[in-house]
Amino acid sequence: MRSLEYKMKLTDEQKAILEHSKGETLAKVMESLVRYGELFGATEMVPISSKYNHLVTSFGLKALGPVYELMDKLLEAGAPSGQKFSVDPKPLDPNVPSSFAQDAIFKFFMYSRQKDYEKQLMQLGLLSDNAFTCTCYMDEVGNKPGYGEVLSWSESSAVVYANSVLGARCNRNSGIIDLMGSVIGYVPKFGLLTDEGRKADWIIEVKTTKKPEAQLLGSAIGMKVMEDVPYVKGLDQWLGTELDDEACTYLKDFGAATASNGAVGLYHIDKLTPEAVKFGEDLINPGAKTYVIDDAELERVYREYPVIWKNKNAQPKLCFMGCPHMSLQQLKDWTDKVEESLKKNGVEKVTVPTVFTAAPDVLEAFAKTPYADRLKATGVITSYICPLMYMNNPLSEKMPVITSSNKLRTYTSARYYTDEEILEQITAPGRSSGRKILLGRITGAVPAFHKLPNPLPRGIRKGGR
Amino acid sequence: MKEFQGRVVVPGRIAAEALVSHEGLNTLASFQKALQFGDKNATCGDQNNPDLYGKQMAGKALCLPQTIGSTTGGLVLYCACSMGRQPACMLFSKPIDSLAAAGTVLADVWLDDVNMPVIDSLGDEFLEYVKDGMNIVVQEGGKILVG
Repeated sequence: MRSLEYKMKLTDEQKAILEHSKGETLAKVMESLVRYGELFGATEMVPISSKYNHLVTSFGLKALGPVYELMDKLLEAGAPSGQKFSVDPKPLDPNVPSSFAQDAIFKFFMYSRQKDYEKQLMQLGLLSDNAFTCTCYMDEVGNKPGYGEVLSWSESSAVVYANSVLGARCNRNSGIIDLMGSVIGYVPKFGLLTDEGRKADWIIEVKTTKKPEAQLLGSAIGMKVMEDVPYVKGLDQWLGTELDDEACTYLKDFGAATASNGAVGLYHIDKLTPEAVKFGEDLINPGAKTYVIDDAELERVYREYPVIWKNKNAQPKLCFMGCPHMSLQQLKDWTDKVEESLKKNGVEKVTVPTVFTAAPDVLEAFAKTPYADRLKATGVITSYICPLMYMNNPLSEKMPVITSSNKLRTYTSARYYTDEEILEQITAPGRSSGRKILLGRITGAVPAFHKLPNPLPRGIRKGGR
Repeated sequence: MKEFQGRVVVPGRIAAEALVSHEGLNTLASFQKALQFGDKNATCGDQNNPDLYGKQMAGKALCLPQTIGSTTGGLVLYCACSMGRQPACMLFSKPIDSLAAAGTVLADVWLDDVNMPVIDSLGDEFLEYVKDGMNIVVQEGGKILVG
């Protein structure tokens, strides 16, 4: 091993760990964090102050074998996470429509290490069996850090929410680095952990004539500012100045789009998010660039998304909503919207197989409300799955899947539509119904479209998208 | 040959053919399929990246501004290195981002026998000059020769 040169100030305890006082594995963990921090000019390692961590790696993907081996090394060295943690959503849920071919690929090939990996997570410090979600900060889940707390989180949508809406301090950590922080108990202080790093290099002026679609606005900003911090003006006229449930839900979806379409880790919303309320325009760096977003700019961004379906006019065979996972209020609001639209169109059930995803704890809370039976009656399925993990394979990739998630659009072949367009599509009359398209296996109480047929439907078999 | 000077993230020397992305490399979207389905060439699967989509990344001198996207990026890069499907070197025009930094540092600390020099801060001119197929030589101290 090369001798490690570093400039940051380490405590005696940190130096001792680096010099193998707690064994080779922990020395390597410390070396990883020190070298990582040095690249960004970190001055010191600071203690993590949040109660819980959040990790991104929730999937027992066969291809990630080297990651599981590394986690085994941590366990063998007696170095589990110093904090309990939540983790991103599971990649599999039998509730979600899939073909037999997809099932086989998921279970025996792609996610063949899922069960083993979940055991490993429990050993490392997983909060509970329900702690699989990308929206760990929901009240029902309970991993919600406070203002100013220092985190070692990953998951881009959760990091940007924690920084921006909750005022916590966290860099856009990668998987593995997230866990290493809580193994050691410290993270290198740089970037979004510093006052300077939280200042804005962009002023965004929102000048739309109606409330902009959260996922579209976030996408436009992400693609423009990339990893910089934007200070957004003009959005308070649509969101108000209170971080109520509606505003938080909007910012959840907005932030996920900024983080996935670009690399935003923190944004400030004038008069709304905590640091913007506290410091106002003092958060804007001198010389910050300006990006004006009006209706035409949003339209341009939307029209420029590549549509990568082979048959661009293909009928959608599946709709995913909830990337990131939906809030309880979102599930309720969408129940009303779907019911109303079905009634208006004279249709009983959704005409595209549709999955709403949310955290297991949120789904349990939803199940206790009268909305749950009403949503079920519309034919919409609820699930705790990660739509992204479902989509990332050659079979799913060939399916014409629609979504209003700009994150899902970015990482997969799913086609983006606005919320309003999604509602129109899934409740459209005259379309071949899900049952008709997907004459698959019918098992028990599972709706007909729960199982895609095997072999795949003709359009999919021919790659006809 | 034209010379560029950057900062050493992971030291090493190597010569390879350039593969250039003018957009941020979405690490998860680019590598996942290759890692999952045994593609030793690491063919880029990111359909949103017209510069790289469908091209072999393994063994190439990958020239890029930075990486973007999911925070799985670092561990995906780590796995690519562990499985021998990594680029010959990674050359960033901008200062390295936190995800690529994590992946390349983890590979250097935890994996034996992986030689993937990583240089950042090469400047916008580097990315304007370098083209697919050009010969790249990475020398000690962060010096890059392009020709």
